[in-house]
Amino acid sequence: MTIEQKQQEIIDEFAIYDDWMEKYEYIIELGKELPLIDPEKKTEDRLIEGCQSRVWLDAAIENDKIQLTADSDAIITKGIIGLLIRVLDNEKPEDIVKSDLHFISDIGLQEHLSPTRANGLLSMVKKIKILALSALAN
Amino acid sequence: MENPSKRKFSVRDIRQDFPALRQQVYGKNLIYFDNGATSQKPQMVLDAINQYYSKDNANIHRGVHHLSQKATNEYEEAREIIRRFINAEKKEEIIFTKGTTDGINLVAHSFGELLSAGDEIMISAMEHHSNIVPWQMLAERKKLVLKVIPINKRGELIMEDFQNMLSPKTKLVAVTHISNSLGTINPVEEIIEAAHAVGAKVLIDGAQSVQHTKVDVTAMNCDFFVFSGHKVFGPTGIGVLYGKEAILDEMPPYQGGGDMISKVTFERTTYNELPFKFEAGTPHIAGGICLGTALNYLDQFNPHELEEYERELTEYAQEMLETFENIRLIGTAKNKTSVVAFTVDGIHPFDIGTLLDKQGIAVRTGHHCTQPLMDFYQIPGTVRASFAFYNTREEIDQFIAAVEKSISMLG
Repeated sequence: MTIEQKQQEIIDEFAIYDDWMEKYEYIIELGKELPLIDPEKKTEDRLIEGCQSRVWLDAAIENDKIQLTADSDAIITKGIIGLLIRVLDNEKPEDIVKSDLHFISDIGLQEHLSPTRANGLLSMVKKIKILALSALAN
Repeated sequence: MENPSKRKFSVRDIRQDFPALRQQVYGKNLIYFDNGATSQKPQMVLDAINQYYSKDNANIHRGVHHLSQKATNEYEEAREIIRRFINAEKKEEIIFTKGTTDGINLVAHSFGELLSAGDEIMISAMEHHSNIVPWQMLAERKKLVLKVIPINKRGELIMEDFQNMLSPKTKLVAVTHISNSLGTINPVEEIIEAAHAVGAKVLIDGAQSVQHTKVDVTAMNCDFFVFSGHKVFGPTGIGVLYGKEAILDEMPPYQGGGDMISKVTFERTTYNELPFKFEAGTPHIAGGICLGTALNYLDQFNPHELEEYERELTEYAQEMLETFENIRLIGTAKNKTSVVAFTVDGIHPFDIGTLLDKQGIAVRTGHHCTQPLMDFYQIPGTVRASFAFYNTREEIDQFIAAVEKSISMLG
């Protein structure tokens, strides 16, 4: 499945919820399901300090694809991380660089990626893109 | 005490004055519990802003024309309203600033110039970053010692320690009147008296107090008092520094520019007198005038009646939250008002705040610009509901139900 197809799949999943609280119930479930990052990897250099919540991101390149695991101390942030990882994990750097993560605003969660929200999510996406860019440059 | 000249307080009536309260968010009636961050504005203030920019807009203090004179008069009249509101002795003691932070920075820079290496400044463990960082910067610049008055677990200053920390080396004590994170009302009169006894000056951060309690700077006998317009139902970008005239006179200007000068040559500049010495450049004229309007709005009411109502709201919210086994209240001082802050076992404050938002309730989550205080409680942050007199018990009931729902979703 391409990044675009994965985004479309998420948009379709969210289409069944017309109530905000139902939508968040689903995000919370995703947050609870997301496998935790290996505790050894919860190090300072993997930490993205947000004003509201903290995010740990571990990204590596294997077989020319970017492998992602991440975690957060806030469950809603973690649920959204789950969605971002589902879309970007195991993808080629060039596909990540040119991807437009429109699904976040399509499902009404753009506030979580706003620079003023400072929950670490925007920095996480930036970090993934920078990693992809540097992988391309090498 | 009934005062027939005052408007009778009725929360239902008052809510009609605030158009921002009559709206829906995410399909729910807005419950605005983020008054500690900023307050909503009454129609009177909105009309005054509109009136100023539609009819009266002109630069002040220098124009010979009619509009400039009118704007100047209104601006200076606002200064008089502020003087009366906080009961300062003189109009010259009221300096317009951008807000509380700006006022503290002004004092740190200007009064700070009068201090020398080894002098001590004292703040408290519950200060907002804006009453910490300017003093740290000053201490570094002038090689001063910064001391911190400790607090107990309830979030009250340990006054005994404060007394022991005072010495002739103490030059300034800068403390908050009411804590933005805890709601604690500090015994400022006692602090001021003790500080004066060793010859120290006192700055009171009133950002969270002018809107909740009657402030009388003369009775309090503080040397500086700072507050922000936007938290007291006025516009953003305007605030007030009150300072005793004798001290302000001694202090050098903070910023240079127009309006603050008496005569300028390339060789030498002489400075204008108070308050203009500290007001360089074109000020926030509309802000100043409309802050006056906001204080006139508040002045319609008996302040004790508002204070009593807000205390009841706070106590009620606190009692309701105490019924949850997994909720820990942060800030349980005996003397507190308008803030209830809490954490929920095993749940991040951000998650609660996000779900409350989706239920139409505006609260604040995080460290509230008091990171050292959060470190003291060993928590990443709290959920904070902060009230104004336009909030109601019914809103608190809905808030409690929403907290319960959020916890059950997250647990």
